[in-house]
Amino acid sequence: MTNPNPSASQSLPGAPQVDRPPSDAAPDVEAEELSAFHEEGLEVKARSQWQLARRRFFRHKLAVGSLIVLMIIVLVGVFAEQIAPYSYREQVPLDARMPPTLEGQHYFGTDVLGRDYFSRTVFGIRTSLYVAGVVALLSTLIGALYGAVSGYFGGWIDNMMMRFVDLVLTLPILAVLIVIAALWGNGTPLRVATILALFYWTTLARIIRGNFLSLREKEYVEAAKASGASDMRIIFRHMLPNSMGPIVVNATLIVATAILVEATLSFLGFGVQPPQPALGKLIDDARGFMQTMPWLVMAPGVTIVVIVLCINFVGDGLRDALDPTQRRLRA
Amino acid sequence: MLIFVVRRVLYSIPVLIITSFLIFWAVSVSGDPLTTVRQIPRVSQTTIDSIIERNHLLEPFIVQYWEWVKSAFTEGFGTTLLADTPIMPDIRRVLGNTLQLIIAAEILSVILAAIIGVVSAVRQYSAFDYTATTFSFLGFATPTFFLALLLQILFTNLYLSTDVRIFYTSGLSSAGADNFFIDRLQHLALPVITLAVLGIAQFSRYVRASMLEVVNSDYVRTAKAKGVKKRNVVMKHALRNALIPFVTAIALDFGGLFGGAIVTETIFGIDGMGRYLVGHLNSRDVYPVMAWLMITSVIVIMFNLIADVIYGYLDPRIRYD
Repeated sequence: MTNPNPSASQSLPGAPQVDRPPSDAAPDVEAEELSAFHEEGLEVKARSQWQLARRRFFRHKLAVGSLIVLMIIVLVGVFAEQIAPYSYREQVPLDARMPPTLEGQHYFGTDVLGRDYFSRTVFGIRTSLYVAGVVALLSTLIGALYGAVSGYFGGWIDNMMMRFVDLVLTLPILAVLIVIAALWGNGTPLRVATILALFYWTTLARIIRGNFLSLREKEYVEAAKASGASDMRIIFRHMLPNSMGPIVVNATLIVATAILVEATLSFLGFGVQPPQPALGKLIDDARGFMQTMPWLVMAPGVTIVVIVLCINFVGDGLRDALDPTQRRLRA
Repeated sequence: MLIFVVRRVLYSIPVLIITSFLIFWAVSVSGDPLTTVRQIPRVSQTTIDSIIERNHLLEPFIVQYWEWVKSAFTEGFGTTLLADTPIMPDIRRVLGNTLQLIIAAEILSVILAAIIGVVSAVRQYSAFDYTATTFSFLGFATPTFFLALLLQILFTNLYLSTDVRIFYTSGLSSAGADNFFIDRLQHLALPVITLAVLGIAQFSRYVRASMLEVVNSDYVRTAKAKGVKKRNVVMKHALRNALIPFVTAIALDFGGLFGGAIVTETIFGIDGMGRYLVGHLNSRDVYPVMAWLMITSVIVIMFNLIADVIYGYLDPRIRYD
């Protein structure tokens, strides 16, 4: 009897095959690191924090795969002009109501006005990614600064600032965003992104504040203080770099949220306004014809799902790689 | 405990005052509320003047705010700008419909999530666990409105091809229905499923994680070692403790459901809070919008309060003093 699996041949004969957890589970990583240590003896190459993180991330196959898909989508958004066979507003009445076909490069079909939905989706990806990127950037800036000040100074400042965060977190956020976007919005992607960022900095602020409360007591901060470093220098040069992990992870997850929320706003007509194409708006435009031409709803809809799915997987991988303390119990 | 409840209620008061102020501020900096009214040619200057008079629009900001708060208590938020209809009766009607939707969705998602979460945790890394994980990731990534449209397409085509009505795809009731209850159920099913999916995805992960934590704890191992039946270990020892954080999560989720209801009701044509809000946002009628935000905030803050109290009651380790 030959065993095709060499590792299984080491187990006792007749022993039941135990379904082992996948190798990305937490304990295995450490075990592998440890065994590597023993094999190499004392000659262990020093690895920087980032190298370790990269190794942990690349062990996460789903995350790596998602990152590749995501990078392709980002490139599609960036090079929308070169990739889209038509412009997003060009109407060809003769080509109207076409199902998805290779003919004339209408991969996702055309709508009643004869607009090519593949091109519109490609430009929609650009808008969505732009909005999400700006939201991630702005909300990270606000959240990190807010949390840093709150956690660094502590005391009554911290108390006041965190009460305000609590208040924002109690709000029914999607409802408030819809109202604010309807009242303050002017339909440009930048405005939509700014409005979203105004409400999505609170999670990061809480995380950074918690981080800072514990970092404040560390010896290196004490040393920096003793050698006369200013508060600003300690915050920006010593403590924030040590909070990079949660910042990056949170920013990734904000991108996913922002894409979903922007699509919802645009779908309801309070987000990005035409002629600027947005994935949510494309679905809204196609709604009236969804029985006869369901592909017009499916193309932008599935695009949103794929993007968000990939970002969430990448975020998960990053969490495991950069932020071991926040590691969720996961499969 | 009583002192904690009283203190917690008292704490909600400043929160509500600040929320109401922020709502009023956010709306009033967004521009002249009469822009749309002025564009309608048949509205005379006298009408506009009377609207300005009625809503104190020429007074300073703080006076306007005060008058608005007063009208909230004495006149139920007053009337709408355009049609001059009282706001409160309308909101009471739509709130009833929305609460039906939200509560049904919450119950559905809690029950399914608890079952899925517990089974996933007890049979970690099983085929069921992986399937559940995959579906919850899909649930996280699918926008509510897209899911709603998919269900609509699916069930309309099902009806067109088989001529059997399983679920209706729009409205709340059909004329001449024999059985009101069954008819309502057929109408509510799709919106409830739409709303519940995100909850199921979120909560099942939540229950799974907290179950795993409990299953690997010392007292569960002790119970197993004593020879307690597996079923009892899961149901009595583990589940009860795992559900404590879950209770808070449910109560905190109500705010999110109001947001989800906006999208769901718009798509399924339900005469609820969401459609009311979107309708008045489209006509730029700010008074019903502010009333909507205020009432929703009160409900959400109330649920937060209940969550805190239940949490303290369920987990005796939490001491509030």
